[in-house]
Amino acid sequence: MTKDYLFEIGTEEMPAHVVTRSVNQLADKTTKFLNENGLKFKNIKTFSTPRRLTILVEELAEKQDDIDEIKKGPAKKIALDQDNNWTKAAQGFARGQGMSVDDIYFEELKGVEYAYVHVKKTGKKASEILLNMNKVVKAMTFPTKMRWAVNDFEFIRPIHWIVSLFGNEVIPVKLLDITAGRKTEGHRFLGDSVVLANTGDYEDALKDQFVIVDATKRKEMIVTQMSELVKENNWKIKPDSSLLEEVTNLVEYPTVFAGTFDEKYLQMPAEVLITSMKDNQRYFEVYDQDEHLVNHFISVRNGNQDFLENVISGNEKVLVARLDDAQFFYDEDRKYPLSHFIQKLDNVSFHDKIGSMSEKIKRVRIIGNFLAEKWQLDEQTIADFNRASELYKFDLVTQMVGEFAELQGVMGMHYASLAGERQTVAVAIKEHYMPTTAEGELPQTIVGSLLSIADKLDTIITFFAAGMIPNSSNDPYALRRYAYGIVRILLNQSWSLPFNKVLPEIVTELDGQTSAKLPKTELQDDEIASFIRDRINQYLQRNQFKYDIIDAVLASNQQDPIQILSAANVLQLHHDDEQFKPVVESLIRINNILKKAEFKGQNIINPDLFENESENKLFIEVNNLSKLTNLTALYEGFVEIQPIINLYFETNMIMAKDETVKNNRLAQLKLISELATGLGDLSKLVIK
Amino acid sequence: MTKKKLNIQNMIFKLEEFWSSKGCMVMPSYDVEKGAGTMSPYTFLRAVGPEPWAACYIEPSRRPADGRYGDNPNRLFQHHQFQVVIKPAPTDIQQYYLDSLKVLGINPLEHDIRFVEDNWENPSMGCAGVGWEVWLDGMEVSQFTYFQVVGELEVKPTMSEITYGVERLASYIQDVNSVFDLEWGNGVLYRDIFKEAEYENSKYAFEESNQEDLLKFFDVYEKTAQELIKLNLVQPAYDYILKCSHTFNLLDARGAVSVTERAGYLARIRNLAHEVAVCFVKEREKRGFPLLKSAEDKKAGLEND
Repeated sequence: MTKDYLFEIGTEEMPAHVVTRSVNQLADKTTKFLNENGLKFKNIKTFSTPRRLTILVEELAEKQDDIDEIKKGPAKKIALDQDNNWTKAAQGFARGQGMSVDDIYFEELKGVEYAYVHVKKTGKKASEILLNMNKVVKAMTFPTKMRWAVNDFEFIRPIHWIVSLFGNEVIPVKLLDITAGRKTEGHRFLGDSVVLANTGDYEDALKDQFVIVDATKRKEMIVTQMSELVKENNWKIKPDSSLLEEVTNLVEYPTVFAGTFDEKYLQMPAEVLITSMKDNQRYFEVYDQDEHLVNHFISVRNGNQDFLENVISGNEKVLVARLDDAQFFYDEDRKYPLSHFIQKLDNVSFHDKIGSMSEKIKRVRIIGNFLAEKWQLDEQTIADFNRASELYKFDLVTQMVGEFAELQGVMGMHYASLAGERQTVAVAIKEHYMPTTAEGELPQTIVGSLLSIADKLDTIITFFAAGMIPNSSNDPYALRRYAYGIVRILLNQSWSLPFNKVLPEIVTELDGQTSAKLPKTELQDDEIASFIRDRINQYLQRNQFKYDIIDAVLASNQQDPIQILSAANVLQLHHDDEQFKPVVESLIRINNILKKAEFKGQNIINPDLFENESENKLFIEVNNLSKLTNLTALYEGFVEIQPIINLYFETNMIMAKDETVKNNRLAQLKLISELATGLGDLSKLVIK
Repeated sequence: MTKKKLNIQNMIFKLEEFWSSKGCMVMPSYDVEKGAGTMSPYTFLRAVGPEPWAACYIEPSRRPADGRYGDNPNRLFQHHQFQVVIKPAPTDIQQYYLDSLKVLGINPLEHDIRFVEDNWENPSMGCAGVGWEVWLDGMEVSQFTYFQVVGELEVKPTMSEITYGVERLASYIQDVNSVFDLEWGNGVLYRDIFKEAEYENSKYAFEESNQEDLLKFFDVYEKTAQELIKLNLVQPAYDYILKCSHTFNLLDARGAVSVTERAGYLARIRNLAHEVAVCFVKEREKRGFPLLKSAEDKKAGLEND
C-alpha cells in the first residue's frame, strides 16, 4: 500500500537565488534518506515560493519490505576460538545483520562448517521512519546560513512552521521547538493560515490563500500577464531568463504591471536606464517594434490587482529618483574633455603593491604593440589600439561609473563616442572588459580583442610578480578568469601565442619602462605559463575533450593554445577510428626505442647508409610529412605511412651492430618522434 | 491622499509608542557622532553577551562623504534612522514590523511590500548579519537584520535590528520629491532646520577640514580608547572609538585616504571594536549580567502569579 507524503518547510523570506536549488536539494536529500531506509516511492515533486520549500513524495510505501533471509558468515573455525568462545569476527557478523551471536547456527557447505543467521524482520512503518525527516532538514546546506532566537541551529532563514502529512495522517516531525502538523500559511498579506485535510489539498488550498506554490505555474502566470501587457501596448521585451527566475522567486502571487517615466531620460545611453531598472529594481525594460527603448517598464507585484495604482506610482517615483541621479552624473561628466579624466588616473591606484592606473595603461600599450607586431596587424588597427589604450580606463573616474560601477567600459564607450573618437576606439574601451564571466561574450573587434588580452596579461604578470598568486581556494582578483579569457580570445581570433616563449619577451619589453615589479626569474615565467596552461586544460574540459587526450596534448612542450586545441581536435576526431590504435602504438613504440637507446643525436639522416628500399621509402615519406603545417594532414599522413613504418621495422634491425647504421636509423626515428609530438605526448592516450 | 499627512515628529512618536508596546525602552539619541544607529552603544554593546535587550531610538547618522551641500534632494551629510533592537529576536518580529507600518498609515494590502535579501555588514566594527532590505512599492525604506557577529563576537542569542530610513519613509508618506520639503513638525519644514547645516557640514568636510589635524585626532582618539580599554572603562573607551570612526569618515570624504591606507584604518577601528566588546561582556559578567537576572526574575514572577 502507498500514500503520498507532503513535507513543507515554512520560512521567512528566502533570497530569490537559493529557492529553486534549495528545494531541489531537499528532494535529493529526501530521496537519499528514503532509499537508505528502504522505503519505496514513485517520484518526488517539488513546490517552492520565497516562504516555503515543499516536496510531495508520490506513492510512498507504507512500510519497509519484510525481511526473511538466511545470511552466511565466517567459517566455524574462524567464528569460534580454541576455547569455543565467539570471536570478534563472529560478533561482527551477527551485529552487521542486526542480530546477536545467540542467533548463530552452523551448517556444512562443501565439507566446511559455516556460521549462519536467519534474519527475519518485519519492515518498519513509514510513519515511524518519516519522524526522522528533521535530520534531512538539518543536513541541508546554503551559501549563507543564520542562527535566530536562542538556537544554535542554522538555516537559510528562520523556520516558522512545518507541514508533514502522510496521506491524511500527521507525522509529527520535531525541529527546534516546532512540531510538524497540517497547518500551512497563506500569502503574507492576502491569505490566512489553512488546515490541510490531506496531501491532495495542498496546491488548491494555498491557491485560495493567494499562494501559487508551483514555481513553474507562477512563472507561466508572469509570462502570460507580461505578454498580454506587451501585446496591448504594441511593445517588445527581450527575454531574460535569470531575471524572470529571480522575480518568480520574489513573489508568491504575481501581478504584472507597467509603469512610465519621462521621455527625456531616453536621451541617456540605454545601458544606464537598463541598469537602473534591471539591476537596482528588478524591472524588465521595454522596447518598441524597432527595438528602441521606450519610456516604460514592467514589474511584478507580490499580490493581486487591488490598489495596483499605488504600487505603480510608488515604483515610478523610485525609478525617476534613480534616473534623475543618473541624469545628473551624465550631464556633469560631459562637461569635461576626456583628457580631464585621463589626468585623474594618476591618482587612481591599480593596486597598491603594483602602482597607479596610469602606469598600468603605459604597460598595456607596450604589451599590445608587441603583440600587434607579432600578429602583423595593420597600421590602422595599431593606431586605434594606441588611442584606445590611452583612453580605456578614463571612465573609472567619471561620476556615472563612480555611482554605477557595473557601467564601467560602457560609459567609456559612450563618452568617447560623444567626444568624437573613432568607433573602433570607443568599442574597444567597452570590449576590453570582456569576457566578464568565464563563458561570457568575447570582444567582437580586433582592437577590443587586442586591448583585452594586453590588459589581462599585464594584470597577470604584475600580480604574479608582486607575489599575489592565486591558490586552489583563493583567487580574489579573478586572475583565473582573466587567463581563461585570454585563452578564449586567442582561439577566437586565431592568434598564436606560445606562452613559454612570449612571456620572457614581454617582460624584456617592459623592463625599464615601469616601476612595477616584473617577474624576474625563469621560474616565475614558468609559473605564469603553467597557470595559463591550466586554463587551456579548463577550456578543453569544458568543451568535452576526453581526459586522456587533454593529458596528451598538454604534456607536450607546446604552449600555444591554438596549436594545443588543434592537436586535441585531431585526436578527438580520430580517437575511435580503426587505424587510431595501430598508428598511435607504432609512434609510442618509436619513442620507447629512442628512450631505451638513450639516443642523444640529431635527426639528420644520411641516405648513403641505407641498406634497403624500405629505409629509402620511409625517408621520403617522412620528409614529405615534415613539410606539413596542418595537424589533421599530419595525422592522416601517419595513417598513410603506417604500412611503410611496419615494413621498416620488419626489414631492419634498428640496433644494428654497425654504430653508424644504428645511429642513422635512430635519427630517422627521432625525426618521426619529433613530428608526432605536434599531436602531444601520445603515451598518455588510453587506447582500447 | 486626502488624509492629513503624517509629519516626521508624529511619525517618530507613533513608532516610539508602537515599539514601546512591544517591550522596547525608548532611549534618547546617543550624544557622540556616528555613521549609523547600529553604532550607538544601545545597539553595538548591547548586542554582545547573553543579556536580553529591547530598545528603540531615533539616531542622527552622519555620513560626510554623502554630503551634497544641501543641493541634492535625497543625499545628506546627516540623515536620521529610527532604530529598533530586540534580543533575543522575537519569533514574530517580521509581523511586528509590518504592524508598525500600519501604525504609520501604510496598509500592506494597498502596497507592495517585499523582503529582499540584503546581508548587512560593517567591516570597520567587525559586524555581520543576515536579513533584508524592505521594499515599499520598490523603494527601500528599512533594513532588517538578524545580527550574527558584532565586534567579532558571536551574537547569542540573536538580536534583531530594524532600521527605518526616516527621511525615505517620510518622503513616501508625505509624498514629496525632496527631503527638504518634508514637514518636521508643527508646520516647520526640514529645509528650515537642516539645509544650512547640510551646506556648512559639506563645506567643512570637503573643503575646510584640516587633514593633518584629523590624522592627529585619529591617533589621539585611538590611543585614548586603548588606554581606557586597559582600565576596563568601557563606555568612555567606546565613545573614543566612535570618534575614531567619525574622524576616519571625515578623512575619507576629503579623499585623504588611499585604498591601502583605508584597509589599515578600518583594521585599527575593528581591533578597538573587538576589544571593547570583549571588555563590555567581561564587565557585565562581573556584575552577574544584571539584565539577565532581572529578566529571569520577571519571568519567575509571571509564573508565580
